[in-house]
Amino acid sequence: MSLLKYESQQREPLVDGNKDYHQVTEDIIRPIEMKPSLLWYIGFYISVGLLCFGIYSVYREVTYGIGQWNVNKTIGWGWDITNFVWWVGIGHAGTLISAILLLFRQGWRTGVNRAAEAMTIFAVMCAGQFPIWHMGRVWMAFFVLPYPNTRGPLWVNFNSPLLWDVFAISTYFTVSLLFWYSGLLPDLATVRDRAKTKFRKMFYGVASFGWTGSTKHWQRHESLSLVLAGLSTPLVLSVHTIVSFDFATSIVPGWHTTIFPPYFVAGAIFSGFAMVQTLMIVVRKVLNLQDYITLGHIEAMNKVIVLTGSIVGCAYLTELFIAWYGQNPYEWYAFKENRANLFSPYGWSYWLMMFCNVVSPQLFWSRKLRRNITVTFFMSIIVNIGMWFERFVIIVTSVYRDYLPSSWSTYYSPSIWEIGFYLGTFGLFFTCFFLFAKYFPVIAVAEIKAILKTSGENYKAKMTDLEKMDGEKFYIEEVEHGHSPVHAH
Amino acid sequence: MAGGIKKFVVGTFDDEKVLFPAVKNVRKAGYKIHDVYTPFPVHGLDHAMGIRETSLHTAGFIYAITGTTTALTFMSWVFTKDWPLNIGGKPHFALPAWIPITFELTVLFSAVGMVLTFCYLCNLAPFVKKHHFHQRATDDLFVMVIECTDKTNDAEVQSFLQTAGAHEINVQHAETGWWIGRYHKEQKLYKEEKGY
Repeated sequence: MSLLKYESQQREPLVDGNKDYHQVTEDIIRPIEMKPSLLWYIGFYISVGLLCFGIYSVYREVTYGIGQWNVNKTIGWGWDITNFVWWVGIGHAGTLISAILLLFRQGWRTGVNRAAEAMTIFAVMCAGQFPIWHMGRVWMAFFVLPYPNTRGPLWVNFNSPLLWDVFAISTYFTVSLLFWYSGLLPDLATVRDRAKTKFRKMFYGVASFGWTGSTKHWQRHESLSLVLAGLSTPLVLSVHTIVSFDFATSIVPGWHTTIFPPYFVAGAIFSGFAMVQTLMIVVRKVLNLQDYITLGHIEAMNKVIVLTGSIVGCAYLTELFIAWYGQNPYEWYAFKENRANLFSPYGWSYWLMMFCNVVSPQLFWSRKLRRNITVTFFMSIIVNIGMWFERFVIIVTSVYRDYLPSSWSTYYSPSIWEIGFYLGTFGLFFTCFFLFAKYFPVIAVAEIKAILKTSGENYKAKMTDLEKMDGEKFYIEEVEHGHSPVHAH
Repeated sequence: MAGGIKKFVVGTFDDEKVLFPAVKNVRKAGYKIHDVYTPFPVHGLDHAMGIRETSLHTAGFIYAITGTTTALTFMSWVFTKDWPLNIGGKPHFALPAWIPITFELTVLFSAVGMVLTFCYLCNLAPFVKKHHFHQRATDDLFVMVIECTDKTNDAEVQSFLQTAGAHEINVQHAETGWWIGRYHKEQKLYKEEKGY
């Protein structure tokens, strides 16, 4: 134990219980080796059912056209792009946990990073569906790629935020997938080396790419993780910034604001952490992982929720103030009449958003409530609803009364196929997540082992005894000759 | 790809605090450590073993600037030479508008290039099979593997490892490279000697 690895006794242990390395492997890998529970089957089949409904909804849309949805010329984006932005935002928490918290050396990320990264990948997969199927003639989707073609070649418009989005989302998906899978390799090798059945030996043998745990490989792996984290950090900020450019670079009242990039990024992290909470509270209970995803982890994430929720609240008030202060009559009308007026057609959605995102998370200033699982679970659902309405408010209330009153459209409500498509992405997300939770280690086994001797409950207890020793002696025993086989306990 | 069959003395350790001085002593005694297999990255072990720093991050930087140049040259060529489009009367060379895509391609090239380089250097790919000296090297044991040359007295190495604190000690003849194979089939290219 060198000085760098020493962790203050004031910090809560990150791994509870009396664990050693083997016990960590056992606890996390065992669910993979057991038959899934009845609850898993029920959840999985409900997800597959939703996915099928989604596929049918998309089939309707592709066959009969966008008219199957209730979007119209005035409200062209409707639920579809609302859902897109919502899903992309959810993805952001996974990258924040795996990349930004790695750079900030936050030890608690090890308990939740694997599942959060998986969530990112599945959420981005869901998000990608919306702009693709919104194209209407989806068989022309490849037109967004800058490939040499026979039409000139006529290239794509590199100055368009919608094309920036294509690059941002596809890069984000690729990099997240690589980051996640390179982290999974050592853990898949652990499953492989414990495997008893033929299927598991074959499957995890192929999936783990022949990982051995060689010191040189670990050294490269550490370097790779660090650089990928360094790349993902600006990447994740850029992705939602670019998504916000879809709005901010237009001249639509309510969209044309410079506050959008930071406001969108904070909102994305906010909603993403809420989704991580929803998933983790269920996962730790069902897979019996309370020792690894402790109340301390949940509290830490709730702190991020109250911080980002307050940033989002600050942004809401700022844009409201600037709309008034800027003295642009169209901008002020959009805010005053389309949003803040409770009795306008969509005024309810603005106030619902305000309540869910700004008012309710303030409960988390209380430590007692931050550490309460039931409150956290409900709050995570409320925040997710609130963040969905934020995107709905931005998209619908800005455009439903445009510059031409004869084209005002106040009767927009989604059709069954529009809702079906959204439910279908829930099906896709949870089908993937159930399969992930069954076949992959939901917690990064190797990373937990790496922090076990500094942050494990039993090791911290030992350290407390050592600290009672004479200061100089403690330094010599633990710090200088920390690796000595002759040891004080 | 076969790396040739060699003879190794294998010793397992269950505590990093024993492993570090053992690595130091084995190196001092002049034995050649083939590798130490660990279940998680043990910080400082690479230095203790005298392995040089990896240059993977340098490769990452080179891939990154390749991405930057690709994006910038391609967009400049398309919009100023190949097919200049008049977009709202704005300049053809619209550098600020190209920053997002340039950034994304920088990250994409760097990440993809680094992961591929990592897999290439570590010989990692689906259907690649290697010899594993101990099944628990991915669970809870630190497995030190010492390579035997013609001059090595393996009995001496074994007793040396025992005094250094190793638990299970044995001699293995193993393939050092990798080959195409699957883990559910026994496909050893060599015969193993019985350990103690």
